Amino acid sequence: MMLAEVERLATPQVAWSVLLPVLILLGGAVVLMVAGALTPRRTKYPWHAGFTVAVAVGAMVSTVFLWWRVRDDGPISAVADAVVVDGLSLYLGFAILCSVVLAALLTHGYLQRERLEGADAYVLMLLSAAGGLVMAGANDLLVLFLGLEILSIAVYVLAGIHVRRARSGEAALKYFVLGAFSSAFFLYGIAMVYGATGSTNFTKIGAFLATNVLTNNVMLLAGFALLLVGLGFKVAAVPFHAWTPDVYEGSPSPIVAYMASGVKVAGFAGLIRVFTYTFSTYATDWQPMIYALAVATLVVGSLFAVSQTNVKRMLAYSSISHAGFILLGIQAASTQGTRAALFYLATYTFMAAGSFGVVTIVGRTGDNAHDLSAYNGLAKRSPLLAFAFLVFLLGQAGVPFTSGFLAKFGVIGAAVEARSFWLALIAMLTSVISAFVYLRIVLAMYDRDTEVTGPKLRVPLGARAAIIIALVVTIGVGLVPEPLAHVTRTAVALTHPQPAPAAAPIEVSAGS
Amino acid sequence: MNAFLLASEGGHAAANPSWPLLSFLVLTPVVGALVVAMVSKRRPELAKQAAVLFSLVTGALAIGVVVLFKKHVPGFQLVDDVQWLKNPDISWKLGVDGISLWMVALTGILFPIAMLGAPPHDEEKSFYAWLLVLEAGCLGAFLALDTFLFFVFFEIVLVPMYFLISGWGYGERKYAATKFFLYTMFGSAFMLVGTVALSYLHAKGGPVTFDLQTLANEQGVLAQGTARWLFISFAIAFAVKVPIFPVHTWLPDAHTQAPTAGSVILAGVMLKLGTYGFLRFGLYLFPEASAWAAPVMVTLGVIGIIYGAICATMQKDLKRLVAYSSVAHMGFIVLGIFAITRQALDGSVLQMVNHGVSTGALFLLVGFIYERRHTREIAELKGLQKPAPKMAAVFTLVMLSSIGLPGLNGFVGEFLILIGSFLTVRWWAVVAVVGVILAALYLLWAYQRVFHGEPDEANKSFKDINFTEGLVMAPLLFLIVFMGLFPKPFLERIEPSVIKLVHHVEANSDHREPSVSTRGDEVVPESERRSEADATAEGEHGTGHGDEHGSEEGE
Repeated sequence: MMLAEVERLATPQVAWSVLLPVLILLGGAVVLMVAGALTPRRTKYPWHAGFTVAVAVGAMVSTVFLWWRVRDDGPISAVADAVVVDGLSLYLGFAILCSVVLAALLTHGYLQRERLEGADAYVLMLLSAAGGLVMAGANDLLVLFLGLEILSIAVYVLAGIHVRRARSGEAALKYFVLGAFSSAFFLYGIAMVYGATGSTNFTKIGAFLATNVLTNNVMLLAGFALLLVGLGFKVAAVPFHAWTPDVYEGSPSPIVAYMASGVKVAGFAGLIRVFTYTFSTYATDWQPMIYALAVATLVVGSLFAVSQTNVKRMLAYSSISHAGFILLGIQAASTQGTRAALFYLATYTFMAAGSFGVVTIVGRTGDNAHDLSAYNGLAKRSPLLAFAFLVFLLGQAGVPFTSGFLAKFGVIGAAVEARSFWLALIAMLTSVISAFVYLRIVLAMYDRDTEVTGPKLRVPLGARAAIIIALVVTIGVGLVPEPLAHVTRTAVALTHPQPAPAAAPIEVSAGS
Repeated sequence: MNAFLLASEGGHAAANPSWPLLSFLVLTPVVGALVVAMVSKRRPELAKQAAVLFSLVTGALAIGVVVLFKKHVPGFQLVDDVQWLKNPDISWKLGVDGISLWMVALTGILFPIAMLGAPPHDEEKSFYAWLLVLEAGCLGAFLALDTFLFFVFFEIVLVPMYFLISGWGYGERKYAATKFFLYTMFGSAFMLVGTVALSYLHAKGGPVTFDLQTLANEQGVLAQGTARWLFISFAIAFAVKVPIFPVHTWLPDAHTQAPTAGSVILAGVMLKLGTYGFLRFGLYLFPEASAWAAPVMVTLGVIGIIYGAICATMQKDLKRLVAYSSVAHMGFIVLGIFAITRQALDGSVLQMVNHGVSTGALFLLVGFIYERRHTREIAELKGLQKPAPKMAAVFTLVMLSSIGLPGLNGFVGEFLILIGSFLTVRWWAVVAVVGVILAALYLLWAYQRVFHGEPDEANKSFKDINFTEGLVMAPLLFLIVFMGLFPKPFLERIEPSVIKLVHHVEANSDHREPSVSTRGDEVVPESERRSEADATAEGEHGTGHGDEHGSEEGE
């Protein structure tokens, strides 16, 4: 009897069914790792990639089932309230899974071309996605940190997966050192917040902040700042962006597709969960921080892209400036802002994955042909590829009838609603500068004077599928935005409501 | 007042067609573009035929709109309204009134002409597909009754035009195309923030709507200062598009480097998006702010007239000359719009059509000359009258229309603008007249250098206008003469909407139109007929105003 009771105290009830997406990913990763180790690296059929896609799709299906369950029964908290399954976690988890599918499809052809076949890249990708899902569903700062590390460590290795390419190793090392550094900041931030609020659980922190006024909030604000550093690093917000161009340039292109989409979504999942939801009562304190971060991100992201001649670096800076746009939605600290950020994240996932998909193919064997001149006359060599890239670039520039336009429109709307007019204006003006960068690529692709030289570009089946999916989503959402807009609305509605602003504080606590 | 109200209600009642004509109008070129894009690459002539066919069908639909348009009704007609996004409320809402009607007709007519008159030398397929996309975008922008939808169309036209210039243009085409895209997008950046801010501020926490009529009719929801800021954000976008003096520098480059069809559409249709924007999203949406900004806008318009004319005089390149003449002509239109009187607005709307027809024709003619001589340098052309008398005749007619010779279309528009602006901004109108004289100077001088004299060796074998070219020019020449001699059918459709617009501005601002109207009394509401003393006072106010600024200018 005693023993049973102790056991019950020691391990909280785990509702395994609500963790299914994460479990599917982890199980799939383990199976793939074992099977990959027992079978030859070079296979006749692309079952590594196929299995990865199947696992990700399985996780998606379970996500959809959970979505229906949450829609009927409301948000579910699990594992002693350390994990929450709600609209936000499922929506962003689904986006991460989408990016896994796209990246896996791209990776297959890449590994074959570079003679790097094997299951390791896929295993890491699945593990990293599992970390991303944990981040999206975290309801505790420590679980968030756990997810962040699972996600990051796998991606550090992925960055260096091209073993014969020195740049790839360099990128991995850079990413790892800076990433570890930022994780330390993040952990310190957790400690600060714990010190200020007495808990690491989001629900408890939120309730505490809603009902107490800290007489001395220095520690809490320092905690905000440090958490922002850690998460800002993951989403590549300026001034924590320095790694981005180098790592994007050096890492294998399909891995960059995953970094720019999946990792970014996970980082923003953390930002939204921590700031928009948990610290909502302190919005007036952290909004200026995000405001400054957004302005710096937008300006640096767009201006530095102009001077680049390497397309991967251009896209790296452009991904920085997109992070700035998404920060607009977070800065608004409103339902509308969160919705807009969610919409932006979903659409950007596909545009980024599609863009880097094209880059993967144009990069050729060796993954080195990323200079702008490599794109000269692409429209003549492979018109459809050029057209796809055109759509992704115009989408990123925010041209109407692409998903990117509505995404920009949403965050601008949120910023304006929050009375951040100048921020909205800065964002739009920097988007003009970014447009110049995209136009340079477009001009090169549609340059009709260049002679078509070199062998024909080979587009592997998987990459073709990934690019087509991204293309269809980018144009489809641009034309018929209502379904996705509806899902983002539902996602926000199905998330634990933000604690009401501290209108009537009940107790005054001495804080630290 | 009653008559006015009834008329406006009639407008809404009439807005119920059995089938969505305007949506068909916008979507036909889109379908056309898809069809053209699917034509086999080895059959370029098929692409051309399909493109011309679709643009002709679109043109026919545009004429259909003119026919179905009820002429004495001021409100929006033939309205189509389909919701696109629920929250915020964004709709596919199209409608036409006297102001947009002729823009739509102009677009419908100019596109087939541009396609037939200036075929590309290679890559026909994508050329025609882009042109059709452009046509859809222009039509959509003129018809949109939703600020969001308007922005979408306003922005989307950049893409096809960018590709037309960068793909089929001349020497410096890439530079010109990028400059064009970035300038316009720079303006649009302000407009997007303005559009969104307008709707969210207007909602005041309630449901957000982008419906133009709701936003325009519920004036006073926004504070005066806010409305002015928002007006500025829109005005920047339109000023770039028109283009108005300090932000016009993209235009000469874009026009000169664009292929002939691109120039025709750019000058004929796309510049009108800016002036149309000022009418629909300036005066209509922000009446108070427009009246407030009028002195500045009028001044910029007049500067544009004089500056454009002077620059045009100095040009060595025939196409660049026509491009600068556009700056001058568009300055006239801006002057007319911000004079905010009935005659001036009538004139502006009419002049928008006139400019589309005459400048479109001029660009086509310059294109014909370039096709033959592969140069546009005025110095290298000489005595073309001898080998090409028909072309000289056509050029003369078009040129005279552009100068504003009585009896031709340009005269009617410019005259109305000058009369109308004389009432409120007297000295500006006086300065603007100088622009008319300068127009005569640069165009006649250019004509003289190109067509008069003895042709030298290179110009001796210059071929005269051929049948296709004549066919393409014929409708434009017809319009030049017809509109000059008999502008009534045009004006009687424009006028009710213009009167409504002027009243809208008067109802929401301190602006008062001096009462000297002689025409159209049957639709003039009671409020319009103010006492004699009142009117005189207004007139004096207007004059004093003008004097003050005039003397400033003198210094």
